[in-house]
Amino acid sequence: MTSDTVRAAPRPTAGTVPDKAPPRRRRLGDLPIAIVFVLPAAIGFAVFYVWPAIRGAYLSLTKYNVLTPPRFIGLENYRQLFGDHLFWNALKVTAEYVVLNIGTQTVISMVLAVLLHRLTRSMVVRGIVLLPYLVANVVVALVWFWMLDFQLGVVNQVIEWLGFDRVAFFGADLGIATIAMINTWRHMGYTALLIFAGLLMIPPSVYEAAAIDGASEWRTFWRVTLPLLRPVMALVMVLSVIGSFQVFDTVAVTTGGGPINATRVIYFYIYDMAFNRFNFGYAAALSSVLFVLLAGIAYLQLRLSRAGESDLKGA
Amino acid sequence: MKRSLIIAGVATLLLSGCGAGPEGGSGPATIDYWLWDAAQQPQYQACADAFHKANPQYTVKITQYGWDDYWNTLTTAFVSGTAPDVFTSHLSRYPDLASQGQLLPITDLVTRDKVDLSMYQDGLADLWVTKDGQRYGLPKDFDTVAVIYNTDKLKEAGIKPEEMSELTWNPQDGGTYEKVIARLTVDQNGKRGDEPGFDKNHVATYGLGLNTSGAGFGQTEWSMYTMSNGWQYADQNPWPSRFNYADPKFKETVTWLTSLIDKGYVPSMDIISSGVGQIDTYGAGKYAMVTEGSWNTKTYWALKGVKSALAPTPIGPTGKRASLFNGLADNISAGTDNPDAAWAWVKFLASPACQQDIVAKQAVVFPAIKSATAEAEKAFADAGIDVKPFTMHVKDGTTHLAPISDHWADITAIMTETMDSILSFKSDVNALDPANTKINALFG
Repeated sequence: MTSDTVRAAPRPTAGTVPDKAPPRRRRLGDLPIAIVFVLPAAIGFAVFYVWPAIRGAYLSLTKYNVLTPPRFIGLENYRQLFGDHLFWNALKVTAEYVVLNIGTQTVISMVLAVLLHRLTRSMVVRGIVLLPYLVANVVVALVWFWMLDFQLGVVNQVIEWLGFDRVAFFGADLGIATIAMINTWRHMGYTALLIFAGLLMIPPSVYEAAAIDGASEWRTFWRVTLPLLRPVMALVMVLSVIGSFQVFDTVAVTTGGGPINATRVIYFYIYDMAFNRFNFGYAAALSSVLFVLLAGIAYLQLRLSRAGESDLKGA
Repeated sequence: MKRSLIIAGVATLLLSGCGAGPEGGSGPATIDYWLWDAAQQPQYQACADAFHKANPQYTVKITQYGWDDYWNTLTTAFVSGTAPDVFTSHLSRYPDLASQGQLLPITDLVTRDKVDLSMYQDGLADLWVTKDGQRYGLPKDFDTVAVIYNTDKLKEAGIKPEEMSELTWNPQDGGTYEKVIARLTVDQNGKRGDEPGFDKNHVATYGLGLNTSGAGFGQTEWSMYTMSNGWQYADQNPWPSRFNYADPKFKETVTWLTSLIDKGYVPSMDIISSGVGQIDTYGAGKYAMVTEGSWNTKTYWALKGVKSALAPTPIGPTGKRASLFNGLADNISAGTDNPDAAWAWVKFLASPACQQDIVAKQAVVFPAIKSATAEAEKAFADAGIDVKPFTMHVKDGTTHLAPISDHWADITAIMTETMDSILSFKSDVNALDPANTKINALFG
């Protein structure tokens, strides 16, 4: 994290920043107008997030099939959940997916963003990079599903022409990796643009300084770009990891969780429990556990990456 | 003010379940009717028009949702009070809806209006009576299973069409049925499955396609084998209390099916889960034959580039063929605003006026009314399809009623996992023992 070029910029200490803070009375005067601005979002948040979350937490303590009133059963759903091999399998499969998806997506996006930043400012290129993201998830999944079909797909035909054996892309061994790669393909352009925006915030002066010091492009990336990108990367990681955990549609339109349980990710399991098996109480318990898990992961990520601080302050 | 806004918003969400439909009482009414099969919408629209003509006070509004969305949409509609008055229903779904009080029993109405239940194919009407003796539907159609094969592939293999109607099957060596499947399988070097040097890892055309592992139903995947081997799903049907998935007869049938995958005559689970589906794969000439349900017949005949014909399912160790006998009916929502109109429409759908005069002539499904079956056979023949391999099960009495059971969704979940695993060679057939125990535990 410490680089010679960055250290040249003095780091702010806690006491030095808020010297221009407005007087207290003024801030209270802004309160009514602030509330007006915040209210629409707050109502949406309350109605569509807070209330369902509270009700979901309650339903997780019941046996509920939507059509008859919920029956309170205490912690029974949670007791059942911890002994449910499909729950643990779903967590495992989802974790595999997240690691593969985030791993490849972040690296490829970073490379794309740096290339966009250092090589070209062309809007056309930026547009092309973003293109996969503009196609609906389900369409992307279905197109790839057709292309990767074992017997009919163009990809397997090419593989065969090249002299290799056909590949069961959605089989038990490769299914989850294939789904991860499809979503990496779809999201990498979008993530690259987020990172690209972060790159634009890095002042050119630090690159000039690096150039004067004779740093190579490679070294500049590791010593200047990457450290200064940290807050943006933290945001990108938190958003994409949480988004990645929510994988559902790609699974739903391709493998449907199979074969066996090889691609039964947690969201698909929750959906299956609720809408196919009408076990809404149990599905609510699964969702509650996932909520706690995601909250924990997001908190850890933010703590570890010190996302609220920037190395550029005061520069 | 803001507080009340939030409360109002929340209240709207909560109370949206209590909305009432626009019409009520007798007099003119619009009947909301849902179905899932787009291929069947034209024929039921024709029925709706005929119904409106006979009963000008009633208008039927048909809405179609694909099967994948149908039951979710319906459930949500029940919760929010916007359920259709009448909807096409499935045997695997109606028991749950009935037990939760969402369906209107029509037992008394059937008695009152003296509906002649004997006009339907035997057994079909009984499928819609629950354990407590209440009737919820009148049969509208039936389906059976047959073999669909690619006539060109059969010719290339030197097999005569006549041979296809006399095939026998057994779980030990697969009988003449397996011989045909082997003969029809061709590897990339042109070697057939019954020839020396056949490369099972590089198959160009599989002798027999496979759709899924069949879960606990196996309607078009394995039910025609297991039942011609003398196996039954459960101790009784409808409303079983014990299932038979651990039965040796079931196990040996499944073992035989996996042996076909092992020999390269049938695609593996990895291959079929990496594929868009049996129909398209057959259409591309990758399967020489498939086992299919009668409702898909027209879809196969619409495939470009392949010519197809039908053959009956093979004769098993019992000396008989076997096919599941499944059928649909229309259910009435308990919350309908106009039970009279709904019942009039249901009765019309189940009458010769709709089934024989309209549905049969469209040659998409087989209507449930006996006299309409011959009509449908004729309509199929006019379209160039000889459907006797489907209807012979009814004539010969080789049909078996589809299992109707509580907990069917849970049984499906357990059996999907187990059958997927067995057909993937990740576990052997003895995995059926714990699965069956788990299923029986659902029934206490």
